[in-house]
Amino acid sequence: MIELHFDVDGNDFTLAGECSSKVKKMLTQIGIAPAVIRKTAIAMYEGEINMVIHANGGKIDVMVEPEKITVILKDTGPGIKDIKKAMEEGFSTATNQVRELGFGAGMGLPNMEKYSDEMEIDTVLGEGTTVKMVFYCN
Amino acid sequence: MIVKDLLGNGFRLICGDEQREIRGCYIGDLLSLAMSRIQKDNAWITIQSNINIVAVASLMEAGCIIICDGFSPDDGVIQRADIQEVTILRTELSAYEVAKILSKYEI
Ligand SMILES: Nc1ncnc2c1ncn2[C@@H]1O[C@H](COP(=O)(O)OP(=O)(O)OP(=O)(O)O)[C@@H](O)[C@H]1O
Ligand SMILES: [Mg+2]
Repeated sequence: MIELHFDVDGNDFTLAGECSSKVKKMLTQIGIAPAVIRKTAIAMYEGEINMVIHANGGKIDVMVEPEKITVILKDTGPGIKDIKKAMEEGFSTATNQVRELGFGAGMGLPNMEKYSDEMEIDTVLGEGTTVKMVFYCN
Repeated sequence: MIVKDLLGNGFRLICGDEQREIRGCYIGDLLSLAMSRIQKDNAWITIQSNINIVAVASLMEAGCIIICDGFSPDDGVIQRADIQEVTILRTELSAYEVAKILSKYEI
């Protein structure tokens, strides 16, 4: 099993996506199928960006096993008030400033759901959010 | 087609590899849509010019980014694109005009 840990800086937009890039590189090096890498990269990037724009950063753990890749994103941000609503395509609370950068389509969580094989969201208002995603390798 | 085929015709190479192959095209400015829609080797036409386009293009293995309508990349974009080996062009043309040119190559 390969384990990677990342601390995501919530103040640095310019580094957002860096962890996903590193994971993608590692998965490529160890010969994971391109289609599996693609779905992992899409979903992890969305999770990483959400941490930066909605939760002021957080921590990401990635575990790679022969049959699956597990990504756990943990933040101590504001939490998600209504998960069902947040999962809807097009729902976003992104600020105008963030929207000008091209975020805020409200497609991040739907992408994460679509491209992961399993997804669990644990969120407590005022305490934070943990998203666990699993990607099957075959 | 390759990136070089576009150069001169109103397109300027900002960074990257003029021999980079382009196949297919995606047009859009919303990053999380682009993220799932861009296919490997696509030319991605956008007016977004901030650093996050580099991460999206790199993760999706886009053939190149074409920043249209005369927008210029923000500070730091080129350095980041060099590191991530992302090819970027810019043009005064609109997304529609760029797409019309690409379609001539039947990519
Ligand atoms: N980690 C998080 N902490 C707090 N709120 C979150 C978090 N992730 C998502 N949300 C909430 O869920 C909403 C929907 O998230 P989603 O990723 O689908 O869209 P978005 O980030 O607003 O836009 P996009 O991802 O398309 O750029 C967000 O606008 C935000 O209100
Ligand atoms: Mg999002």
